[in-house]
Amino acid sequence: MNVPSNLRYTESHEWIRTETDGSLTIGITDHAQEALGDLVFIELPAVGRKLKAGEACAVVESVKAASDVYAPVAGEVIAANGEIVDAPEKVNADAYANWLYRLKPADGATPAKLLDAAAYTKLVSEA
Amino acid sequence: MLLETQLHSVHRTAGAKMVDFGGWDMPLHYGSQIEEHHAVRRDAGMFDVSHMLPIDLEGADARAFLRYALANNVDKLATPGKALYSCLLKPDGGVLDDLIVYFLSEKDFRIVVNAATAEKDVAWFKGLAAERASESTLRPRRDLAMIAVQGPHARERVWQALPGSRAVTEALKPFTATQLGEHFIARTGYTGEDGFEITLPGTQAAALWRALVNAGVRPCGLGARDTLRLEAGMNLYGQDMTERETPLESGLAWTVDLASPRDFVGKSALAAKPTRQQVGLILAEKGGVLRSHQVVHSNAGEGEITSGTFSPTLSESIGLARVPLGVAPGDVLKVDIRGKPLPARVVKPPFVRNGKRLV
Repeated sequence: MNVPSNLRYTESHEWIRTETDGSLTIGITDHAQEALGDLVFIELPAVGRKLKAGEACAVVESVKAASDVYAPVAGEVIAANGEIVDAPEKVNADAYANWLYRLKPADGATPAKLLDAAAYTKLVSEA
Repeated sequence: MLLETQLHSVHRTAGAKMVDFGGWDMPLHYGSQIEEHHAVRRDAGMFDVSHMLPIDLEGADARAFLRYALANNVDKLATPGKALYSCLLKPDGGVLDDLIVYFLSEKDFRIVVNAATAEKDVAWFKGLAAERASESTLRPRRDLAMIAVQGPHARERVWQALPGSRAVTEALKPFTATQLGEHFIARTGYTGEDGFEITLPGTQAAALWRALVNAGVRPCGLGARDTLRLEAGMNLYGQDMTERETPLESGLAWTVDLASPRDFVGKSALAAKPTRQQVGLILAEKGGVLRSHQVVHSNAGEGEITSGTFSPTLSESIGLARVPLGVAPGDVLKVDIRGKPLPARVVKPPFVRNGKRLV
């Protein structure tokens, strides 16, 4: 299973990368794409949308099932990856290169309960 | 504890993602459900359908028994090898199961039923046989395996993999079957493509599976089987038809013989005109995927999606829905998808046959 060590993870199977400007890039994990199977539809939050921590803000849908994607922290959406909306299968091909959206955390907001690679690996191998 | 077919270890070795399907541990896909789907539409793919149960009905009054037990009329079966699709109904007209019955001889019919309903069906048939004082005996054949090989090149791949099969099946017409030694080969399927369903001793299943792989047939899981059958406009028992609806409300009026004077279980319940009908839907706007249980709004009232998916052939979301009478092809309905009403166009299934779009 592919779990890069430079990323942080949530229990709901998103990965999070902190950029140098403090913004967060968010995607779904390799484990999540594998469990969902071939993705056929992705809906992303609009740029400028204000999110609460834990808010469902995107949808990834496969031939088999739909799954919500949650905001790991309160903040504002500053980018959405339109490329994967047109080609959801890219997320199946590489879940870490094909991010979903970018979030600027609200002042003073810090993500609660993020997992490192070891903890996330443990989570999914016990599931 | 899940049940396993005779091909279970073959699937595991091939790295299949396994799922619980009606109590059976079955392959969902071997990597990509969509690629498996395309393999069947464009070339040849195969499915382990050994979880389905063949039941041999043997006895001098076998035909008379089936004439009463099934909603379709077995008198349509005139030549040995001919197959008939039928519903098995309760007295109230609800669908207990859908099945295929093969006419082998006047004393010998083979019925193939769904996996999850197999035990219920056997008990039902036995009860009915006792009630009718039938002399026929029922023999569930769990010793047999079934492999469905489907696709435009399915037949020639089977001929390559199974010695002697070409001679006996080249002239075989659709919806008929023939015997080759211990192999029972039927030109039937559940994908909307040409092909064979091969029933054989379970002990020989792995060898045939490997021979078919070597002949270029792609193993496909039940995920692709579902998208293929839905594109072909075929019902799935438990979703598109259940004990709660009659076949007339599930797009299966063509399988019910009300024309002949014979009596059959459920006949009297089918006299009243139904208030609901089955239609096909195509999602007309991006915004999600049609799924079973989504609510459908029409001018004639509310309905419900019974099966929905993303169609790999059409690259659109398609579904079957049960809606009030009055809804007609060409209408645009609204479907509630995650709280949003999205437009869907009403069509007459099937959506795809023999690789071609029909809607």
